[in-house]
Amino acid sequence: MSQWKKICELGDIPPLGSRIVRPQGGEQRGGDIAIFRTADDQVFALHDKCPHKGGPLSQGLVHGRRVTCPLHGWNIGLDDGRAVAPDVGHCTSFAVKVEDGAVYLAV
Amino acid sequence: MAKPRLVLIGNGMAGVRTLEELLKIKPDHYDITVFGAEPHPNYNRILLSPVLAGEMHVSDIILNEYDWYRDNGITLHVGKQVERIDRVARKVIADDGSEAPYDRLLIATGSTPFMLPVPGNDLPGVIGYRDIKDTDEMIEAARLHRHAVVIGGGLLGLEAANGLKLRGMDVTVVHLGPWLLERQLDEIAGRMLQKSLEDKGLKFLLQKQTEMLVQGESGRVAAVRFKDGMQIPADLVVMAAGIRPNYALAEKSGIYCNRGIVVNDTMQTYDPKIYAVGECVSHRGIAYGLVAPLFEQAKVAANHLAGYGIGRYTGSVTSTKLKVTGIDLFSAGDFMGGAEGSEEIVLNDPYGGVYKKLVIKDNKLVGGVMYGDTADGPWYFQLLKDGRDIHDIRDSLIFGQALVGDVGHAGNSKAAEMADSAEVCGCNGVTKGTIVKAIKEQGLFTLDEVKKHTKAASSCGSCAGLVEQILASTIGGAYSPAKGDSKPLCACTEHSHKAVREAIVARHLTTKEAVFAKLDWSTPNGCDKCRPAINYYLISSFPNESRDDPQSRLINERSHANIQKDGTYSVVPRMWGGLTTPAELRAIADAAEKYQVPTVKVTGGQRIDLLGVKKEDLPGIWADLNAAGMVSGHAYGKSIRTVKTCVGAEHCRFGTQLAMDMGVKLEKMLFDMYAPHKVKLAVSGCPRNCAEAGIKDVGVIGVDSGYELYVGGNGGIKTEVAQFLCKVKSDEEVMEYAGAFLQLYREEGWYLERTCHWLGRVGLDYVKGRILEDEEGRRALHGRLLDSLKNARDPWQTSREGEALKQFVPIAVDA
Ligand code: SRM
Ligand SMILES: Cc1cc2nc3c(=O)[nH]c(=O)nc-3n(C[C@H](O)[C@H](O)[C@H](O)COP(=O)(O)OP(=O)(O)OC[C@H]3O[C@@H](n4cnc5c(N)ncnc54)[C@H](O)[C@@H]3O)c2cc1C
Ligand code: SF4
Ligand code: FES
Repeated sequence: MSQWKKICELGDIPPLGSRIVRPQGGEQRGGDIAIFRTADDQVFALHDKCPHKGGPLSQGLVHGRRVTCPLHGWNIGLDDGRAVAPDVGHCTSFAVKVEDGAVYLAV
Repeated sequence: MAKPRLVLIGNGMAGVRTLEELLKIKPDHYDITVFGAEPHPNYNRILLSPVLAGEMHVSDIILNEYDWYRDNGITLHVGKQVERIDRVARKVIADDGSEAPYDRLLIATGSTPFMLPVPGNDLPGVIGYRDIKDTDEMIEAARLHRHAVVIGGGLLGLEAANGLKLRGMDVTVVHLGPWLLERQLDEIAGRMLQKSLEDKGLKFLLQKQTEMLVQGESGRVAAVRFKDGMQIPADLVVMAAGIRPNYALAEKSGIYCNRGIVVNDTMQTYDPKIYAVGECVSHRGIAYGLVAPLFEQAKVAANHLAGYGIGRYTGSVTSTKLKVTGIDLFSAGDFMGGAEGSEEIVLNDPYGGVYKKLVIKDNKLVGGVMYGDTADGPWYFQLLKDGRDIHDIRDSLIFGQALVGDVGHAGNSKAAEMADSAEVCGCNGVTKGTIVKAIKEQGLFTLDEVKKHTKAASSCGSCAGLVEQILASTIGGAYSPAKGDSKPLCACTEHSHKAVREAIVARHLTTKEAVFAKLDWSTPNGCDKCRPAINYYLISSFPNESRDDPQSRLINERSHANIQKDGTYSVVPRMWGGLTTPAELRAIADAAEKYQVPTVKVTGGQRIDLLGVKKEDLPGIWADLNAAGMVSGHAYGKSIRTVKTCVGAEHCRFGTQLAMDMGVKLEKMLFDMYAPHKVKLAVSGCPRNCAEAGIKDVGVIGVDSGYELYVGGNGGIKTEVAQFLCKVKSDEEVMEYAGAFLQLYREEGWYLERTCHWLGRVGLDYVKGRILEDEEGRRALHGRLLDSLKNARDPWQTSREGEALKQFVPIAVDA
């Protein structure tokens, strides 16, 4: 069963930016998770691995509800983890919520 | 609130393209209804020729399947012809009685084939060539009958004749003009074309006037009789003598027409609620009959229908290509020449089957015809559209882009001759066959669309020229490169780099939010293409007012290191002028060991690269290097990279100037300078040029009496030799001239334009005018450069402080 874990304050993620969340136990648990903050303060979390060739999405550029992968420029939807057409692929997304300015991740 | 209603009459290429453009920039704005007289969804009319020739099937040429209409909530009436527009009640009425009310109406009824007014023109077996029905009828006739006559030796007529011939008919083309395609070709090219078509088995009767079509016993057409009494057998007559804009419906409804529906530059008719696009339109007195200009119209109409009100259509220069396999022909603009003040350059090689003619006026290319070798057609067309001054490349212009070594990335091989299996894009491994297939099956019309769907030309871009040629040879006259300075910056906007840059300065915009709002961006916060560009324009236009936005920088510039394929980073400390010390080397060695750097490499830029550093280790390794007096080498930025030097007069027996010293001074002056693209310099102590100054953005070569300055070199994707700017005497002058040149580039270059591309666009003469002839201006430029760099700080230092540090620290959670 997953549970909500407080990970940081909203202010710790820059608007249109992201941070890396590293679950203890690292790779065995699937590796890093990227959390993103949009211009309107929505927060999303994706597996930090681009469906194309595994690029770290946390290092991408966030715009609207998308992030552009830093390696070869695929666009990935923040809410569903799906690559924007014509590219095809998808990466795992995680539930996140913001309460009283704090960010919680379902782990 | 109910949505406003938009009705489109004419389910063809221009109308549906307008809807696509509209949905792209403002989805969900209208309730859309479409009426189309043909019983098909929108298809690519252009490709009826390959269908007739048996190279494609009707199912291959559908552009928008029924699903597309459904997915976009569009009500589609196929096989229904609109009979009446009630402008008072604002509704349209179709032939089956169905009605649709509108708030905005778009008319795109295309055109109809011109049927020669001769007796017998309505006999069975006499048709025009316009739609799927006509094509089917021709294919059927070819199965049952033998003799075909095509009236009209224009593009359409020749494509029809070629197709019928391939389907086994005996075909004669009858043409009134003195040579074929007289509206596209001059006489020499026309005759060469006729010869190769005759070799394929077609027959021609030129300067023949048709008197009547003779009926046979079956009731079907049987022969064509000419004014001079000659008569030839014909079981099928295809009229391809021209098209007439189809504006009867509009005219009948009281909309002002004059050989077409008259529209203004926003594609609006005299009734402000009604817009019109396509072949049915008369814009500034011209009705276009090719797809490229119609698509430009579609874009403008969509913009106004969306309520943005910015685009204007000001007319198009068109180019044509004949889509007959094995025949290469291209023409554009005013190719006949002979006008006052115009000159011609002709290359005629009848044995090699190549003919080229270029028409030049006031040092600009105004037209051209090519036959037999059209590989450079798109390049000439781009020069023509951009109105680029060609006097500097005039001597070799006729030999094409490969010989001129022009700006931009040439595609040197001939697209049409390449095998399908040949690799076009080396970065992404895309073959010609894949590109052609995508163009045909997905209905792609622009380089951007091809990039998106195939990934070709989407990495280093060096094959873009070749991809454009493939596009041009696959879709013929439908291809139109955007005018260089009006290409939209990205999909978020209609505005070009030029327009955005100018607006930022003229309207004093200092934040990205202001740019998005004032220039009607279609996305809330841009994308990975426009945000970095705008951020650069802001900080370079208002260095002391605008704040740099880290989230608008791509990762390398945000983390001040180069991201690697495995997500680690590389660290390149600056070595001023390529010089280092034992102490620096020791500190680098220590840092490499401490952080377990897997690879240490000497770069092509005379310094040392530590590759494979983890992101969270960056602040630490930087701190160690900073402590040893080293700073960022900016090996990652659209910024000053390196100033390479040779040993110079300090040591070399041939050296005339202190190259190392000069190089270090330049590099210190430019430290932390951002630019539209990366900037590299080199200083050599004598003309032997061991620092390779000839391929740098600014190259400095010491000579006995001072220094020679070269600008606009590039050693990358396409090597460009730097051009001589001037000779100066002192070190101070080198700094001032080089600084002024770079500042001009910083202020006027477009994002991602290297100096060589910028120089190719504005011309060396312009730069000389600003740097050499305007002494005060030069000093001012140099002054502005120094002013914008007066607060330069090492980004490695600043990134280790405060908020900036956060990006390097992962958040740990126990899960
Ligand atoms: C490290 C280095 C190769 C080396 O080991 O020597 C290098 C590495 C890269 N070059 Fe380069 N270039 C390096 C010298 C060059 C040179 C030679 C030079 O500077 O004298 C050139 C040709 C000269 C020129 O630029 O005119 C060069 C022309 C390019 C180009 C083509 C630029 C063009 O305008 O055509 C690119 C692509 C781009 O910038 O868009 C590029 C892009 C790249 C990138 C940044 C690709 C990328 O986006 O990731 C490479 C990063 C590798 C990495 O993982 O860190 N690199 N690159 C060199 C670093 C020099 C330095 O000390 O700063
Ligand atoms: C065989 C062929 C080859 C061509 N090759 C090229 C080429 O290589 N390059 C190039 O640039 N161009 C080419 N063209 C020209 C190009 O196809 C046209 O310029 C383009 O299709 C015009 O678009 P449009 O939307 O204005 O008209 P159309 O595409 O003709 O669309 C108009 C539509 O409106 C419908 N319509 C008309 N009146 C009504 C009404 N009252 N109610 C409902 N529907 C109505 C018509 O049935 C038609 O479907 C070619 C044309 C043909 C026929
Ligand atoms: S370092 Fe330069 S040449 Fe080498 S693979 Fe990377 S981009 Fe290509
Ligand atoms: S790894 Fe993300 S686009 Fe290639």
